[in-house]
Amino acid sequence: MSPPRPLTLIINGEPRALLVEPRTTLLDALRENLDLTGTKKGCDHGQCGACTVHVDGERVLACLTLAHQVEGARIATIEGLAGPDGTLHAVQKAFLAEDAFQCGYCTPGQIMSAVACIREGHAGSPEEIREFMAGNLCRCGAYPHIVAAVQRAAQALEQEALP
Amino acid sequence: MMDFSYMRPASLEAAGAGLASGGTLLGGGTGLLDLARLGIAQPQAVIDLTRLPGLDRIEVTGTEARIGALIKMSRLAAHPAMRAALPAVGQSLLASASPQIRNMATIGGNLLQRTRCAYFRDASFGSCNRRNPGSGCAAIGGVTRGHALLGTSAHCIATHPGDLAVALVALDAVVETWSPDGPRALSIHDFFLAPGATPEKEFALASGDIVTGLRIPLAPAAQRARYVKLRDRASYEFAAASIAAGLSLTDDGRVADIRIALGGVATIPWRARAVEAALRGQRPTPAAIAAAAALAMREAEPQHDNRHKLALVPALIERTLTEMIGDAA
Repeated sequence: MSPPRPLTLIINGEPRALLVEPRTTLLDALRENLDLTGTKKGCDHGQCGACTVHVDGERVLACLTLAHQVEGARIATIEGLAGPDGTLHAVQKAFLAEDAFQCGYCTPGQIMSAVACIREGHAGSPEEIREFMAGNLCRCGAYPHIVAAVQRAAQALEQEALP
Repeated sequence: MMDFSYMRPASLEAAGAGLASGGTLLGGGTGLLDLARLGIAQPQAVIDLTRLPGLDRIEVTGTEARIGALIKMSRLAAHPAMRAALPAVGQSLLASASPQIRNMATIGGNLLQRTRCAYFRDASFGSCNRRNPGSGCAAIGGVTRGHALLGTSAHCIATHPGDLAVALVALDAVVETWSPDGPRALSIHDFFLAPGATPEKEFALASGDIVTGLRIPLAPAAQRARYVKLRDRASYEFAAASIAAGLSLTDDGRVADIRIALGGVATIPWRARAVEAALRGQRPTPAAIAAAAALAMREAEPQHDNRHKLALVPALIERTLTEMIGDAA
């Protein structure tokens, strides 16, 4: 078999050394090796979006990414989103304000996806949000509130960006 | 997921050596890792191409677009010069998968994606000629709403799942490959293999070939082409039927050049040459368009659950061409 190999991942700005097999996905490395269990395992086949994280600023699926593949890349997870003093990110605040979840299992993935969706400029209207959040499934069906939260967060971030 | 080794070659030569010793190429991972976890792909040694230099460029000249195989779907879709020169490419990409998958999947890997046939993807079905040559086809006589009507054989009716590939077939793209014997270019029309008696042979690639890029010639009909996709839900779904259509007219309003490719209904991205031939040189009147569109499914062989596509496809062709002519007027 292929033995575990040393690897350094930059997670939420911090280099983290770990020892993982070549077949280990980024999702399993986060959850099993680094105790970062905020990133959820839903389908494990790239269909549900629960494992969405950012690699070099872009949203990707951690379940279909090999940990060794992202050696040296900047990885952002839900744990790194709030400020160092615990101040929630605008998207987190908006999810609370709009009650954009029921069971909460898809929520970290929804939030990481929404942060990227807004940054990409794909949150201009409810229609655009629905299209560009399509990769994150919510089995509880909280979609109307999720769309409202993304819209609210996009407006809040736009306000913040004003001089 | 099964055990495999991992290498990250720094050159095509090193990747080629890994391939020659039985390795499996890895791009964005959205296809290979999914299939490996299902037990359908069984890589022993994974060769990660994603950091190979030189294959991540997009160039649009006055005569053609050149696209490196390691470009991500999202980047190609957003590229301003590509959007201006060949809008159907971006339209097909944005109609595919999800934003996360588009940020991961490479153009080379997208071309090489495998069918979504449920009988292929579920190893508990013993019969699948694509997975296990000679074992039969569990789809024939099974649940066939998403299966192919064109390009099928008695051995396989699996639908090609691509969107970009359909656009590329309409645009007369060329696939560039590298092997230790040197670079090679082959027409997209020769790249995808209909199943025939050998469904396991899906691409016209030799065992040492690595897809390195694409070239798309800029012809007027290609530059005006568009991609339209019909789905059972609004987004994040494979095509019920899709079309990439390109059209250019002469000064007196006749069809100068026409390209029609279909997705979601055939075993390979399907060029509807009979429809094109019926309209080329003609005035595209509503009656002429309807008569031509009706030819698209003339050779279709429907299964139990997909007969509705006999009407769906001509309607899609008719609607799309009518809209294009309306927009051009």
